[in-house]
Amino acid sequence: MPRVDRIAEPWGTRTPYGPGEPWPVRVDSFLEAGLGEQDVERWVQSASILHSNGDAMDIAVRAGRIVGVRGRAADRVNRGRLDPKDLYAWQSGRAPDRLTRPLVRENGRLVESDWETAMDRVTGNLRRLLADQGPSAVGFYTTGQLFLEEYYTLALLAHGGIGTNHVDGNTRLCTATAAAALKESFGCDGQPGSYADVDHADVIALYGHNVAETQSVLWSRVLDRLAGPNPPALVCVDPRETEVARAAAVHLAPRPGTNVALMNGLLHEIIANGWIDEGYLRSHTVGFEELRERVAAWPPEEAARVCDVPVADLREAARLLGTAERLLSTVLQGFYQAHQATAAAVQVNNVHLLRGMLGRPGCGVLQMNGQPTAQNTRECGADGDLPGFRNWANEAHVRDLARVWNIDPMDIPHYSPPTHAMQMFRYAEEGSIRFLYVIGTNPAVSLPELRRVRSILAREGLFLVVQDIFLSETARLADVVLPAATWGEKTGTFTNADRTVHLSDQAVDPPGEARSDLDIFLDLARRLDLRDKDGAPLVKWSDPEGAFEGWKECSRGRPCDYTGLTYAMLRGGSGVQWPCDEAHPVGTERLYADGRFFSAPDYCEGYGRDLVTGAPLSDTEYKALNPGAKAIIKAAEYVPPHEPPGEEFPLCLITGRTLYHFHTRTKTGRTPQLRQAAPQVWAELSPGEAARAGLAEGDLLEVATPRGTVRARLRVTAMRDGVVFLPFHYGYWDEPGGSGPRDAESGRAANELTVTDWDPVSKQPLFKTAAARVRLVEPGGGEPSPAPTTAASRPVAPGVPATAGGEAALAREGGAA
Amino acid sequence: MKLDLVLKELHRAENGLAHLLLRMSERHRTDHETYYVARDLAAWSRDHVRLLAEAGEGYGLELDPSPAGESTPVERMREKAAEWLGRRQEPGLLLLADFRHLYREAAGVSMDWELLAQAAQGARRRELLELARSCHPRTLRQLRWADSRLKDTATQVLVS
Repeated sequence: MPRVDRIAEPWGTRTPYGPGEPWPVRVDSFLEAGLGEQDVERWVQSASILHSNGDAMDIAVRAGRIVGVRGRAADRVNRGRLDPKDLYAWQSGRAPDRLTRPLVRENGRLVESDWETAMDRVTGNLRRLLADQGPSAVGFYTTGQLFLEEYYTLALLAHGGIGTNHVDGNTRLCTATAAAALKESFGCDGQPGSYADVDHADVIALYGHNVAETQSVLWSRVLDRLAGPNPPALVCVDPRETEVARAAAVHLAPRPGTNVALMNGLLHEIIANGWIDEGYLRSHTVGFEELRERVAAWPPEEAARVCDVPVADLREAARLLGTAERLLSTVLQGFYQAHQATAAAVQVNNVHLLRGMLGRPGCGVLQMNGQPTAQNTRECGADGDLPGFRNWANEAHVRDLARVWNIDPMDIPHYSPPTHAMQMFRYAEEGSIRFLYVIGTNPAVSLPELRRVRSILAREGLFLVVQDIFLSETARLADVVLPAATWGEKTGTFTNADRTVHLSDQAVDPPGEARSDLDIFLDLARRLDLRDKDGAPLVKWSDPEGAFEGWKECSRGRPCDYTGLTYAMLRGGSGVQWPCDEAHPVGTERLYADGRFFSAPDYCEGYGRDLVTGAPLSDTEYKALNPGAKAIIKAAEYVPPHEPPGEEFPLCLITGRTLYHFHTRTKTGRTPQLRQAAPQVWAELSPGEAARAGLAEGDLLEVATPRGTVRARLRVTAMRDGVVFLPFHYGYWDEPGGSGPRDAESGRAANELTVTDWDPVSKQPLFKTAAARVRLVEPGGGEPSPAPTTAASRPVAPGVPATAGGEAALAREGGAA
Repeated sequence: MKLDLVLKELHRAENGLAHLLLRMSERHRTDHETYYVARDLAAWSRDHVRLLAEAGEGYGLELDPSPAGESTPVERMREKAAEWLGRRQEPGLLLLADFRHLYREAAGVSMDWELLAQAAQGARRRELLELARSCHPRTLRQLRWADSRLKDTATQVLVS
């Protein structure tokens, strides 16, 4: 079996294949040094929670410890392959600084305690505030990394039990726009496409989607198509020269903040050249005329001028999109976290509606997710939606949810959409949210404008509970810290960006007194004595499988129908795509194959919003617009970005990921191979920008915006001029500051700099549009930047040592068993 | 024929709306969605002011095409003070009052566009009808924004 350094070669060895052929199997594995497969006592089924792709794997167990992982050859998502993060980061589960006991704040310091004391404090404060102010005082801020069973239980206890409207996840930062764009175009969340569309497509368009780093196994699938016969042509929209850009037939690097202008230019060309399916438009859509009028003002020359891209490239991109026979489009943070997020993402859906390319092999849209279980946060109602894609503005949907939960509809807040995360922090800042329960997320590093966020979290009068596996920057500010179990230490299911549901079984015990998030929620519900309207306990299950069965009932008849799934069915074999019910007993590969949508007024998840103001449409307006359950073509006007570069701050700041880390590095930063591959924050500038400022590779820079400063060493890369890039993973838990920068010279979290502004439709914060400047702090003196050389941060200058993991990172690659 | 009267009144009202939106934006510097969206929507009204000034030329009017809504240094100072205040005191009630006021002002502008459209049809002034047809929907969107923000904001302010 060949051994490959998967730090140096993140995408592994090519297994080329042609259009319509099955993607060949390649089984990746990595075990603790000195162990072989013969030493493994048990293999326990699971899938990845370190990115959003949903790669299936087995966990190797020996003597009660996790000792490695192996990709599952049978799974439809990865066919045995694993992302480097999955290969190595299981080691972090046994890091010596795992939280093993509850902590409570005593005399200003967090001290070790026990569950009884910690939960008493939580419920004591909760009860006091409920009596004093009511549920409006209470907020829950969760994640995209728990399991379905946990989100559903949380949604029930928070919405139905405590009765607060303030429930959201950090999915707000990663995937809110995906959900919003799907609702706007198709009336409901739910990914139309399938990863298998990569196997069939002749054109793949990636909009702000650096798939090579965010979903490296999906990129391997594309690379294998590119290496095979009749490869697809790629269209890449990204201000950086990513791996995708390097492989693309056309790379458009628009000025940040101009995505809607770009899309309108592309749509203009597609319509002007008649590359549209008039039959499909007539039978299956509403709104085409308005789009035609809107984009008439966007000839390619005008779009190219606003976006600062070559007009010939824009035309060529439109030609590829317009003449593709099987078009797959994917969208991620370059659109979702940018100005006019939803408006831009919706225009990608419009390309497919114009071309009638949905629901057939190779013809799909993937409005991607940024996190492994974000889809479940959305489905289960833990993220600012109601469970089962129910419509908060539809009384019948709320009544139906109340029936499932056996409570009064009035007990489920639905006077407005559930409060989004940014608004929750605003309420906490104003002092009307006085109890904030943060689960598995790290807002003290991941939210924009950190100085403000830290001041809110540390606010006198805010009782902060943090449930996590490590003492994160956020946990350090908490009043109570609850130690949680993680992946491999608990059982549950989760669903990836192409609706594939996987089961993840418990392989080992959690460390010390740590408990699964589900057990903590069940304990909380019990202690609060939450009841249904007949006086029976509100939460009617006591284990993961019971929660899953409860969720199935809640999903019955809704677009995300899970009623055909069981734990037994998910054990062995491959993950299964929802809806899975009586009519679709083995799941559903593609939605909307028949051109019928979930958009009927009495069935849809939302009536849509104004793409500029964010104001929701009423049911009457929606019924007038779309009485016949068609797809909705929504046009969008371009609005200039809110913080354009100027004299004082001449650059545009964008933030993003590296392949080697996930989020705030809680796990990947405690994994030697990954930590070494990308040890420190860096900044990227184009060669032109670096030359203008007299800067060179390795120079220590101060990057500043009106909100703060970060120090980072410069990597000169082939991205567009006028932009400075920072990776967002780096914070302070492994720095002397602990929860924030110690002084004005030690800022290293990109979000010290970002602006508090969000898309009015999806409420997703904007991390890719802020004005910034850079200055030299200290010349590099020949020492290169710590940025990896492997992907988008590849240096333009020669002489930088290549990123490699060496002996410690050698992983196995096997063929089909 | 009182078309000039209607144009003049609309010009005044749109100017007022632009100014109101900018003032609101400044007052709510720390309520970020209000701050940014109010500015975006003020741009629509300023656009309308310019278009109305152009249209007015045909009716003997000399309307100022540049809107009166630009911030003065004093107002920018006020904005800074609001930022300071917004982080320390409960500005929720002020926000509700402002959305309520905005709704009424935008409703007035909407009525004025109705008047222009009706007059333009009666007088067979195609260009004025076209102007109303292209501008009025934006006023309605400003109106709906005020309404929806009021609804979203009210509960938390009033029950906490």
